[in-house]
Amino acid sequence: MALLEVDDLVVQFYTDDGVVRAVDGISYEIRAGETVGLVGESGAGKSVASLALLRLLRDPGEIVRGEIRFDGRDLRECSAADLREIRGNDIAMVFQDADAALNPVYTVGEQIAEAIRAHEAVTDREARERAIDLLERVGIADATARYSDYPHEFSGGMQQRAVIAMALSCDPALLICDEPTTGLDVTVQAGILELLADLARESETAIQLVTHDLGVVAELCDRVLVQYAGEIVERASVGDLFYDPKHPYTAGLLASIPRLGDDRNRLATIPGTMPSLVDPPTGCRFHPRCPFAEDACARRNPSLVEAASGTSAVDAGLDAHLAACLEYTGDLEDGLDYEVRIRDESEEGAADPCGERNPESRRGETR
Amino acid sequence: MSLGRYVLTRISVAVPVLLGVTALTFSFIHALPGDPIDALVGFRSVSPATEASIRAEYHLDRPLWEQYLLWLRNVLVLEFGESPVTGRNVAATVGRRLPATLALGGAAWLLALAIGVPTGIVAAVRRGGPADELSRLAALAGIATPNFWLGLVLLLVFGVRLGWVRVIPPDAPLASPAMAKFMLLPTITLGTASAAVVTRLLRSSMIAELDAAYVRTARAKGLRERTVILKHVLRNALLPVVTITGLQLAFLIDGAVVVERIFSWPGMGRLLVRSILQRDYPVIQAGVLLVGVSIVLANLLVDIVYAVLDPRIRY
Repeated sequence: MALLEVDDLVVQFYTDDGVVRAVDGISYEIRAGETVGLVGESGAGKSVASLALLRLLRDPGEIVRGEIRFDGRDLRECSAADLREIRGNDIAMVFQDADAALNPVYTVGEQIAEAIRAHEAVTDREARERAIDLLERVGIADATARYSDYPHEFSGGMQQRAVIAMALSCDPALLICDEPTTGLDVTVQAGILELLADLARESETAIQLVTHDLGVVAELCDRVLVQYAGEIVERASVGDLFYDPKHPYTAGLLASIPRLGDDRNRLATIPGTMPSLVDPPTGCRFHPRCPFAEDACARRNPSLVEAASGTSAVDAGLDAHLAACLEYTGDLEDGLDYEVRIRDESEEGAADPCGERNPESRRGETR
Repeated sequence: MSLGRYVLTRISVAVPVLLGVTALTFSFIHALPGDPIDALVGFRSVSPATEASIRAEYHLDRPLWEQYLLWLRNVLVLEFGESPVTGRNVAATVGRRLPATLALGGAAWLLALAIGVPTGIVAAVRRGGPADELSRLAALAGIATPNFWLGLVLLLVFGVRLGWVRVIPPDAPLASPAMAKFMLLPTITLGTASAAVVTRLLRSSMIAELDAAYVRTARAKGLRERTVILKHVLRNALLPVVTITGLQLAFLIDGAVVVERIFSWPGMGRLLVRSILQRDYPVIQAGVLLVGVSIVLANLLVDIVYAVLDPRIRY
């Protein structure tokens, strides 16, 4: 049994424009201690899916279907008191935009200490000392003095570290990081990523990392889920995903990463934009933007299957490479036509092991 | 900046404003048409000897700036001279009335907060529910009801019909049970509209704060909803309320004229009305100065409470 099992989760938002299915039947598992990336463009429903885990969605968002089992317990069935026990204690969250995530009128230290006091029978003094230790652990110099600082006295990077310290305060089994490095300077991002990588390596904590940044995924994750328009379209180990992307959307994402030493003078992009989730496209949701789309793609919504065999995801193991494309059920006439070229790192200097479209491809040029 | 230094800065800014208030108060006697003597004696005919003595007493033979400084010196030791109308010492007259006004205004203010803050919180948390709708109606009624009407109705029902309370103040010291009981109706009359304003303001401010990202963080930590609301949301939501409430405190103390009249309350409001009708300028001057000073002090208090609640203010 995995630590976290999400089964057929559906989250809807009721807006003036209609019902938005921000998360449409996603299923995945996270095992104890592993780091799983959830990637996709803005609006793919990644953050909503993460907030839904701890039932932190606010009106007008609502979980309408599915199960969220953590350690065998269904979080959707938990009482408010049980849920409170789990929040921050067993499952903790690191939010993006740490500046807004911290309450401006309380000291940073107090905001960490109160999380400890909420879950453990400690004296104020013990909570304070542990909060100082946590600040040190996330790399804040002079933590004792900094305990009494207010959030506005911290730099952006330090605020993010403080938010991470807060999340780590009760040694959670699962840490959900929602775009933890978005909005930070590149150098500060590197520091935060290093901190998260250390955590992932040293502690038993499992991490669900929500990001749109494939570089971050490559650096931190063991496995990756690719989300598009509310659905998971590919699931693979980080190596498989980068070296052998099975879904054309993933291939497009990889192709759009800019690299040093690249002689192209324009960035590759995926044409079009994410469809409206009020009225999603028929069939495969990616087909309007897919260079390999055929008539069948507009009619049939591909299910997530094991790419190698075409067997259903339900029967596949946790480490199987899954993709949701008609190609893998044999329903595509011409097939997918892209090739992944691996650049040798010694040759290219700084290169990510990223997939790239075959320049000789005849159809659906994306650059 | 530390809180102490911030407070000192705010006080040092308040001093010139207070000086400005005194200068305006001083000059209004000279701004009146005619000789200030006329104003000081209440526009009666006086003998040349009396006129000379008043000129000397108020230093009207000196240059204006010197007159101001001499007057200011007196004001600083609370010396406002005598009323030409009643012949009584102005400071003593005001001193007798001020405690009653402070007691009534203060009580009404506390009532407004005691009702407005909890109601505002409940209305925001149960937004759209029956409690919210009920508080909306009550607040609307509270704001729309003129306090003279409310006072008269309360007096009619509880004083005259039911006979539960007296209709005029008892002959008892201010701090006595009998007086406290009498003060109930004027306090309600004076505090209702303020309570309604606090309720609505806090409700909208809480609703805005409830959407803030830090609220989600607090919930994600596993804090009790009660702690999330009362510790995290309330303190941020109070800031706009503090501004209004501080000014309300000044206005409740200064502006209880009508309510004091209805309940025959021996406060500043009635004294000022009478003084204006009688053209008792030294008393008016003292009263106007008191109003100006209380508003400046209320603003100073607001600034300080702001800084206590929100560390970012102490730039």
